[in-house]
Amino acid sequence: MIKAILVFNNSAKPRLVKFFEHYPEEVQQRILRDTYQLVSKRDDNVCNFLEGGSILGDNDCRLIYRHYATLYFIFCVDSSESELGILDLIQVFVETLDKCFENVCELDLIFHADKVHYILQEICFGGMVLETNLNEVVARVDEQSKIEKQEAGISAAPAKAMTALKEMNLPQKIKDIKLPDLNLNLRF
Amino acid sequence: MAMSVTMDQVVKRAKDSFGQMFDKSLHDLVRGIRNHKDNEAKYINEAIDEIKQELKQDNIAVKANAVNKLTYLQMLGYDISWSAFNIIEVMSSNKFTFKRTGYLAASQCFHEGTDVLMLTTNMIRKDLNSSSMYEAATAMNGLSCFINGDLARDLANDIMILMSSTKPYIRKRAVLLLYKVFLNNPDALKPAFPRLKEKLEDPDPGVQAAAVNVICELARRNPKNYLPLAPIFFRLMTTSTNNWVLIKIIKLFGALTPLEPRLGKKLIEPLTNLIHSTSAMSLLYECINTVIAVLVSISSGLPNHNASIQLCVQKLRILIEDSDQNLKYLGLLAMSKILQTHPKSVQAHNDLIMHCLDDKDESIRLRALDLLSGMVSRKNLMDIVRKLMVHMDKSEGSHYRDELLSKIIEICSQNDYQHITNFEWYISILVELTRLEGTKHGNLIALQVLDVAVRVESIRPFACNQMAILLANAHVFIVGSNTTTVAEVLYAAAWICGEFCSYLKDPQETLQAILNTKVTLFPGHIQSVYYQNILKIVTHLIQSSNNDQAFTKQLISTTIEKMSTFLSSGDVEAQERASVSLHILKTVLKLLEKADFNINELSVLFEGSLNPVAPKAQRKVAVPNGLDLDAWINEPPSESEDESVVSETHYDSKGLFYGNSENSYSSNSYANEASSYQKPRNYVEPTADELEQQRESRKQSEQMNPFYLKDTKKSKATPKTETPTTTTNGNENLQSSLSKGAIPSNLQVSLSDQLYRQAKIDEENRRLKKKSKVDGASSKKGKKSSKKSDTVAADDNDDDIYPTIKVTRGGELPEGATASGNEDNDDDNNTKVGNKNKKYDPHRALNIDLNEVPKPIPSPAQPKQSPQKPVDVPSSPPPESHEKPKKSKKKATAEKEAKATNSKTKLKKPERSDYKELVSPVDDEETSAPPPPAPSTIPNEKPKKKKTKEKKSTSKTAAAEANQPAPLLFDIMSDEIPSSNQSTQQQNEQDLYKLAAQSDNLTVEYSIISKTSAAELDVTFLLKNRTTSIIDHISIHVVDSMSSKVLNTTSANRISFPNKSNQTENDTIEFKLNLPCSQYLRRKSLHSDVFVDLMNSGTLTSQSNVNISTDKQNFTSIINTICQSYRLTIVDNVNSAASLYAETILGHPVALLIKSTNSPSNISINGKSTETHFLSNLLEEIQTSFK
Repeated sequence: MIKAILVFNNSAKPRLVKFFEHYPEEVQQRILRDTYQLVSKRDDNVCNFLEGGSILGDNDCRLIYRHYATLYFIFCVDSSESELGILDLIQVFVETLDKCFENVCELDLIFHADKVHYILQEICFGGMVLETNLNEVVARVDEQSKIEKQEAGISAAPAKAMTALKEMNLPQKIKDIKLPDLNLNLRF
Repeated sequence: MAMSVTMDQVVKRAKDSFGQMFDKSLHDLVRGIRNHKDNEAKYINEAIDEIKQELKQDNIAVKANAVNKLTYLQMLGYDISWSAFNIIEVMSSNKFTFKRTGYLAASQCFHEGTDVLMLTTNMIRKDLNSSSMYEAATAMNGLSCFINGDLARDLANDIMILMSSTKPYIRKRAVLLLYKVFLNNPDALKPAFPRLKEKLEDPDPGVQAAAVNVICELARRNPKNYLPLAPIFFRLMTTSTNNWVLIKIIKLFGALTPLEPRLGKKLIEPLTNLIHSTSAMSLLYECINTVIAVLVSISSGLPNHNASIQLCVQKLRILIEDSDQNLKYLGLLAMSKILQTHPKSVQAHNDLIMHCLDDKDESIRLRALDLLSGMVSRKNLMDIVRKLMVHMDKSEGSHYRDELLSKIIEICSQNDYQHITNFEWYISILVELTRLEGTKHGNLIALQVLDVAVRVESIRPFACNQMAILLANAHVFIVGSNTTTVAEVLYAAAWICGEFCSYLKDPQETLQAILNTKVTLFPGHIQSVYYQNILKIVTHLIQSSNNDQAFTKQLISTTIEKMSTFLSSGDVEAQERASVSLHILKTVLKLLEKADFNINELSVLFEGSLNPVAPKAQRKVAVPNGLDLDAWINEPPSESEDESVVSETHYDSKGLFYGNSENSYSSNSYANEASSYQKPRNYVEPTADELEQQRESRKQSEQMNPFYLKDTKKSKATPKTETPTTTTNGNENLQSSLSKGAIPSNLQVSLSDQLYRQAKIDEENRRLKKKSKVDGASSKKGKKSSKKSDTVAADDNDDDIYPTIKVTRGGELPEGATASGNEDNDDDNNTKVGNKNKKYDPHRALNIDLNEVPKPIPSPAQPKQSPQKPVDVPSSPPPESHEKPKKSKKKATAEKEAKATNSKTKLKKPERSDYKELVSPVDDEETSAPPPPAPSTIPNEKPKKKKTKEKKSTSKTAAAEANQPAPLLFDIMSDEIPSSNQSTQQQNEQDLYKLAAQSDNLTVEYSIISKTSAAELDVTFLLKNRTTSIIDHISIHVVDSMSSKVLNTTSANRISFPNKSNQTENDTIEFKLNLPCSQYLRRKSLHSDVFVDLMNSGTLTSQSNVNISTDKQNFTSIINTICQSYRLTIVDNVNSAASLYAETILGHPVALLIKSTNSPSNISINGKSTETHFLSNLLEEIQTSFK
């Protein structure tokens, strides 16, 4: 079983936190910190496995991680998982992110934390490996994005308009727009 | 100005009318947090306030946006559970986007205890059955995170249906979700398992992989239930090409082989093939692992045994030599598994493992260290330790160094120092280890030194003098910071020097070194040992002084002078010891002056040698007859009694140590001395002047002491030059003598090296000698081989060249006790079980035999001649039954021709910790009641039957009487309820037969009693015939529920009565038997102290409470009612509060605190237990009973 999947950057800022067992928030943060402590002081050329000890409460915990540029991807697993297998899985996960975000970088994960979760949901289910085929995962994520866009097409038009409005330089343009009109125009 | 006002208005109006559009999106929130790095918390709190506003709006899009932001904040550690209801609102949206947002938030913050979950059942069901597969998948994903027992029960069917969906996308999720269902609702496992098994052969490889995954998870915890699936897995293993699946299956086989060695034999070949053929390292590695597991499980009888081991080791060597650190790490990990059973195969790769100790990666070094302990032999121990010592010098990081240290000690001390040939060398290694800075293993070193000195008699002189050097340099340890515990070694040093002081080269010098140390700076237990051993050394010195009065006097007076400073020790124990030692010395001095002193009086204090005591010795001491360890030796003193009385009783108690001449002798001598030194106690208390003086000198010494508040490094580097400085503040007389003693104070740095070289030379010499011997005598060869076979520990042929050193192994045990490990193991098991009980493990409940075919109903060929026999339950009848048959008989006869019989069925509660109210599905009774038979037959039959019944009831009474007293007595002793009341109550309780079902022909009543010994319930059924006809036979068919099953079903299923009839009529009664959770309680009395301990121990993690309002009853009677109806026992009852206790039949504790709050009619019950569900259900039950 995979017990937790953590992604944080070089300065311990969390980018994705997924626990497959329930822990209260403060415990989650402690686990994050402890994991960071263990992982961050390791060189890049050492092995990717760590004894997690009692980091998750019981003693059957191993940390399998990869470090990409500014981000650490950590999977906390128990003894039923293959170490090398999980290492591959992390690679699949990151490659999927790379495809879905087109050259993924930390900023993508920062601003689309929800989407990262949705991608992860296609790979891993309730702590068990669900799908390891990159193309299959990407196809499913794309299909769901399509549905999202369709739904947004109907309801999000005003929102889009307003986003556009917010992007405008309000103080300057405000004079030109008669607000009542705007009100009417946008309220479909 | 005007402009900005208008703008504000504009924005506000826009905001009012567009709501969400002006709200922050997740994007804005993230950006905002990044822009407020300095006051992030404040910014987020503001954001949360905004979110709360947004959640109040009706627009679902606004809410979804808010929930999305909350999910982000949850990641940052903010508790968002307050928004649970809003999250559900968003989950119920029709739009996929919002629904997904809601489910994501729920999966992140809901858990099985979230109370709003009970609102979600229907919504989730709808989503599961949605036509959009992505919606269904979203729901399933959420469910996998927050499913609880109720959802698992309610949705199990829907999930089962999804398992046969046409879309693999749905199917594989449903299969995986099933695992979570099982965890939360173990009852579902058995009915669902066949379907799960089918999925192993699903056409879609993804679904197949999911099924393998789930079964592997299940099987890992309860492997034996899944052995029958081995053939399927075996086929999958040889056909599948999916490495993920293969890895899982191979791992599963690793867990199964220990249970079935035949499986292992079959596996070796395909696994070896895979090892040869696969290019995937992950698969290769798992294959090797499983092969190792197989080889471990089959000890012999495999032709290719060695070949397989060689193959594994060879492949692992390739892994370890790989430049990839990951492979290296795993290789070492697997190697350590081989080491346990085939150490020789690993020892061949000694070089490789030593090489790994140099690796730059600490994890790899630690793994290599693990391997070392299995690789040492007499031959290479010194080399290996030497290398480790070199590593210790080089290494950075205290963690790794500590690991090294403990590993050195471990490999040297394993099997009672089996591999050590030169203890001088070992002692010097230990001494060198004390120079390790900042180690946390000081204690370990100290124990090791002590152990060696005690067990190896021949080493004592050497050890003693090494320790003397340590003591002379004790100042080095004083300055150490708090993080190091290396000073602990002084504990051992002081003890060894004191206990074996006859071996000291210059005891006087050592004594002075001890006296000059600033002992009071050490921890209390070290001080204590110091003071005690000062006395030993002084005794030894006097003894060996040949009655030199002047010397003795001078010695004692200097010692007394020095020791008086120790009276100011801050540690109570140390102070006491110092005081006692001081007084003994003063007494000696006084006697000396009177010329009345006999050294024997002093030396007798330390007579006799101490031997190692086996760890279990204390437990093996049999308690003498008539000794009650729990009884008060004396009544506990009331608070008003003063100290003197206590000390008196203390001396009285020496009578306890009867039968031990040595002990009574010494206690006598103590008593004598005690009386002589008790009085002058007061005058030794330092006067104000003395204290002032001491304070002054301390201040001075602090100033002059260069080590005070200084780093250790320097002092260690040049201890020789600095030793005199430390002593300047000491007594001048002693100073001069100590400066002499400072010469050996240089901790002989290279001592172990010298010894190492010496040992090597010796070894070489011995080898040469032996060689020449072997050359000389041709018959030696045969001898050698025979020798090898009978020495178990022989690990190399050169074994006999090493000197044999006598090591006292094991330890002393009381007479008659053997060092068998059994008892110990039992204890361990018990504690282990106990610990497990504390933590809820869902997998225990999943230990369900999946191959159990529903028991066939025994053929109705029951002996017709003895109608009552089948009724007899094979096991001894429970106490209550003897009353019942009589009664039933009476009733039966009252009902004219009716025939009554009672059959007993035992419902066993299997091991599971989830006590939901149990409903055993259907107990249906099939009664074929023939119409009234010909009147002529009745009179013949009736008397017969009566007789047998009577017989039975009497025999049962006898049995019952034997059974009954124990539990009753138990209750009487422990309860404050009047005993007579209690016992009658209990019987009443047992007499309560409740109606289970009724038809025109038959009444079924039952009563449930929990057994005191086993985890079973006795359910007694009373069947009454309501017709005038005679019943021909009764068939009882019991359907077990998931959580309870019938024991002893063999004989009681069909009860036939001998009578012939020509007409038949059948009647079937179906009924369910409700087993409320209070039935699973068992009376258990508990002393209030034990109760308090239990409550404070923190093991009762589950809590629950209810309030009850009752009418009119007074508190005591309520308590009594509760006790009686729920089998609880009163632990304590104070005015308006009472604590009650009971155990479940599985032994889980249940404690209730009942308080009447405010008015007597309002009662609050607080419950604590280890079992959450059980407790809450029990309280619910109590609550409903009062309504």
